[in-house]
Amino acid sequence: MPVLMPVVSILLLLALWQAAAMIVGGRLLPGPPVVAHALLREAESGALFHHMGVTLLRVLAAFALAMSIGVGIGLPMGRSPVLDRLFGPWLVFFLNLPALVVIVLAYVWFGLTEAAAIGAVAINKIPNTVVLVRAGARAIDEGLVDMARVYRLSPADRLRHVLVPQLTPTIAAAARSGLALIWKIVLVVELLGRSDGVGFQINLLFQTFDVAGILAYTIAFVAVVQLLEYGVLQPAERHCQRWRRMPADA
Amino acid sequence: MRGLTLSAPAGEVVALVGPSGCGKTTALGIVAGLDRAFDGVVEVGPRPDGGPARIGYVFQEPRLLPWRTVRQNLALVLPRAQRRGPAVDAMLEALELSPFADRFPTQLSLGMARRVALARAFVVEPDLLLMDEPFVSLDEPTALRLRGLLSNLLDRRPTTVLLVTHNLREALALADRLLLLAPSPGRVVAEVPVAVPRAARDDATIEALRRDLLSRPEPAFRLLA
Repeated sequence: MPVLMPVVSILLLLALWQAAAMIVGGRLLPGPPVVAHALLREAESGALFHHMGVTLLRVLAAFALAMSIGVGIGLPMGRSPVLDRLFGPWLVFFLNLPALVVIVLAYVWFGLTEAAAIGAVAINKIPNTVVLVRAGARAIDEGLVDMARVYRLSPADRLRHVLVPQLTPTIAAAARSGLALIWKIVLVVELLGRSDGVGFQINLLFQTFDVAGILAYTIAFVAVVQLLEYGVLQPAERHCQRWRRMPADA
Repeated sequence: MRGLTLSAPAGEVVALVGPSGCGKTTALGIVAGLDRAFDGVVEVGPRPDGGPARIGYVFQEPRLLPWRTVRQNLALVLPRAQRRGPAVDAMLEALELSPFADRFPTQLSLGMARRVALARAFVVEPDLLLMDEPFVSLDEPTALRLRGLLSNLLDRRPTTVLLVTHNLREALALADRLLLLAPSPGRVVAEVPVAVPRAARDDATIEALRRDLLSRPEPAFRLLA
């Protein structure tokens, strides 16, 4: 039963899509078979894998950057009221900064480079990670922190064994919403200033009004991101949380 | 708390006994360096090798890292070079925890978790061991057994201990000297040395010592009742 419902759900969506395509008709909204054909065409030429691969690398680089910097800023802000009061207003500013502004400015200031592209994407995600991690850091168990102080754990050990494990649920939440946000912004960055990647390709297809091609790339990439979520993020989270699920004293 | 003076020579077990609210836990926090909002001086050591004194602290709750196994919880408080050495396993063995070495604390009963916390405090070979109601909210047989294990450890490796408890029997079973505290402001109102060697204190001796204290006429001892 648990396997059946998602399948039914997807079939329902496909049927709805096909019905809409038959009503609208033509090139504006191609049905699933036409899009599947476009997908096959792009896969056979190798273009699909090339552009998806490039985009995926950018997503991963921006993700890693945003998560590590976000934790690096959010954790001290959550632990220190002084830092929080000092930099809180900055956070509000960056949270409200439109993604497009960051991207355009990054390209203007640093040129149409890979670093500018990835950096711009990361900057869009960092404030959100900081907010989540800061909230998690405020809820840290002071008893364990005191224990670490008495037993003179090194700063690195405190981070790794005392602080970060308590932040795991927060970091996992930030990672999930981060992945979803980042891949969308990466496409915009590619559209504006890169000559490869899914975003670039969608721009080309847009110019020829190739809706089938656009949908083909979209579906392929959503599928890959979902695969990352279920194949990497969720198992990683389960591994970090395994101590919670251990049965009580046998 | 006001005017609290306390000194203990190496190897002495001192019990701070008193009702709740007389600053027992605060005193431990100050000695441990966790609480810095006080006027006064705390000196621990010096060690024979001149290094900073090592402190073991058994908190009122076990305060184990729930995401690390029992063995990892012990290893983590050691310097990196000693973590893989025999000290951890020897300590687990001494407290009969070896079968639980790879369990997570969430899988342990409270008594067992307290035993791990005790092992963690001893594995650092502390110059000063601070204990805050280490056997509270355990059933009597478990508490008794844990007290016995602690007593053995102290016999094997004499350690300076500051034990906070509201349980007079526990204090009389373990300590060389009792300090009776009174609340608001927290202060020492009486000092009671325990002359009987720890190994010779059986239930009857402890009970006799307790009755003797409770029957004393000074007001300080009335707080014990």
